[in-house]
Amino acid sequence: MCGIAGIIYRQRGDSQHGGPIGADLARMLQAMKHRGPDSTGYAVYGEPSDLLVMRFTLADPNDPRDFSFSERLARNVREVEARLAKIGAAIDRVEGESEYAYRATFRYDGELKPLADYIEDVPGAEVLSLGRSLEIVKDLGDASGVARQYRLDEFAGTHGIGHVRMATESDVDIANAHPYWAYPFSDVAVVHNGQLTNYHYWRRRLERQGHRFQSECDSEIIAVYLAQSMADGMSLETAMKQSLHDLDGVFTYLVVTESALGMAKDEMAAKPLVLYQGEDLVALASEEGAIRAVVDREIDTCDPYEGEVMVWSR
Amino acid sequence: MEQVTDAGQGAGARPGRYDVRGLADPDATAPKTSVISGSTAELDAADLSTRQVNLELRRLLYTEGVTEVTVLNPKARHSIAAGLLVRGRIRIAGSLGYFGCGLIDGPEIHITGRVGWSAAENMMSGVVVVDKNAGSLTGAALRGGDLVVRGDVGARTGIDQKGGTIIVGGNAGSMTGFMLQRGRQIICGDVGHGLGDSMYDGAIYVGGQVASLGVDCVEAELTAADHELIDRKFRIYQLGQPGPFRKFVCGRKLWNYDSLEPSERKLVL
Repeated sequence: MCGIAGIIYRQRGDSQHGGPIGADLARMLQAMKHRGPDSTGYAVYGEPSDLLVMRFTLADPNDPRDFSFSERLARNVREVEARLAKIGAAIDRVEGESEYAYRATFRYDGELKPLADYIEDVPGAEVLSLGRSLEIVKDLGDASGVARQYRLDEFAGTHGIGHVRMATESDVDIANAHPYWAYPFSDVAVVHNGQLTNYHYWRRRLERQGHRFQSECDSEIIAVYLAQSMADGMSLETAMKQSLHDLDGVFTYLVVTESALGMAKDEMAAKPLVLYQGEDLVALASEEGAIRAVVDREIDTCDPYEGEVMVWSR
Repeated sequence: MEQVTDAGQGAGARPGRYDVRGLADPDATAPKTSVISGSTAELDAADLSTRQVNLELRRLLYTEGVTEVTVLNPKARHSIAAGLLVRGRIRIAGSLGYFGCGLIDGPEIHITGRVGWSAAENMMSGVVVVDKNAGSLTGAALRGGDLVVRGDVGARTGIDQKGGTIIVGGNAGSMTGFMLQRGRQIICGDVGHGLGDSMYDGAIYVGGQVASLGVDCVEAELTAADHELIDRKFRIYQLGQPGPFRKFVCGRKLWNYDSLEPSERKLVL
């Protein structure tokens, strides 16, 4: 079934007005726990800086904890740091976010793909997100648990999306949890509720263009497809409108870039989405109850129609 | 109670208890928190679970002799006011989630907010009026009564409808009246693609633009009885003066197969 949610805070005047995006998304997703208790993921945007921020994991929560587990992790973190330095990144800091998840900030001006490929070549390594302000956090468990584990209550930012997953097509692990970063494009992420029926067609087509995929999940191609279209010169909105023709199946997805949040719904309108456009923020979720978790008063909401594409920019 | 488990642990767990089937609060009772004055009552749902709200509504309408209930703070929860089989007036001050007012037989319900998917599904009789928008599958498998949405509705309105009347003040999404079997729909605004797809019978009146017709849906002439129906419903629900409407019915092409099975063909030839 899955549940998706998104928030973008409206800008007031010239100020880069943000909000408690981590805490707000956690409340929204927790209100939809019944739609997907397997895993929870967040893609949130903090203040942009000239540093790159990379979230990565070096093991999966399902991995057996053998005797050399922690020793292996420590060795692989050192390997990641060594590789970052070798490829020309000036490391600011590398912090452990949980037993197996890390956050690295560094200065780097080169291409992102060689860097991400080089890091993912480290045994067990998976790059969850890479960008100037995007940070993806995902793990097994419900929204409150993941938020607590990664201290998301303290995360202030401008916009973000989240996902609670009920696994139907692939494993319950971090690799198959949403949101998906559009590897290797900076600052693009997607959450998706639905099934794509031409997944293999698009995966082969994008792989021929040189892309690699981190999972077997159909939702990942939406992120890469959109980011590739934007890299080819399309606007986000045009790329999303084109996706309604190119992607087959039932889907409602949310996409975030450094400065925008967008939603698209397929022609069948088989997956729900409720939209609230307030003065302070725009919130979208699979159920109105999730929006009411952050806006606790009677509000005007609506369901976007089939084939509808909407984008909110900051 | 045996077989009842506390759901999950920690601060993140959903409150309440579930039995082995996943039924929430199997041993819940009506909280008796409503303020009753004569035949009217006020029920504040803010701190109650969905099941407690429904049990309290039942208590008021079935055993306390209350005929008018106001429900405050519904907070867009699912399945509120479902399965009420008694006459009475209910005013819900706010919005509902999915499956609101489903399976009802008799009550007149006024919702001042919005409703989610499948509102008033399988209603047997009664009236449901929604002041704002509604989600998809509104009035699914409706059997009787009037369902009025003053705002817009989503896709597949009145899917599998078997009776009653659905009135929409605004626009409707795609596949409106999908597999409609009996009853009527009055859509004042525009409708999306596939109007009346695979409908068996009944009638759909549209005031605005039709994006496209579904399989076996055709336009028909309005009769005096059609005008009388539209005028009457507009008058009852104070929708103003009705504009021009177009009528869509079943083309009856799908009622019978137009080709024979191979074995039958042999016999005929």
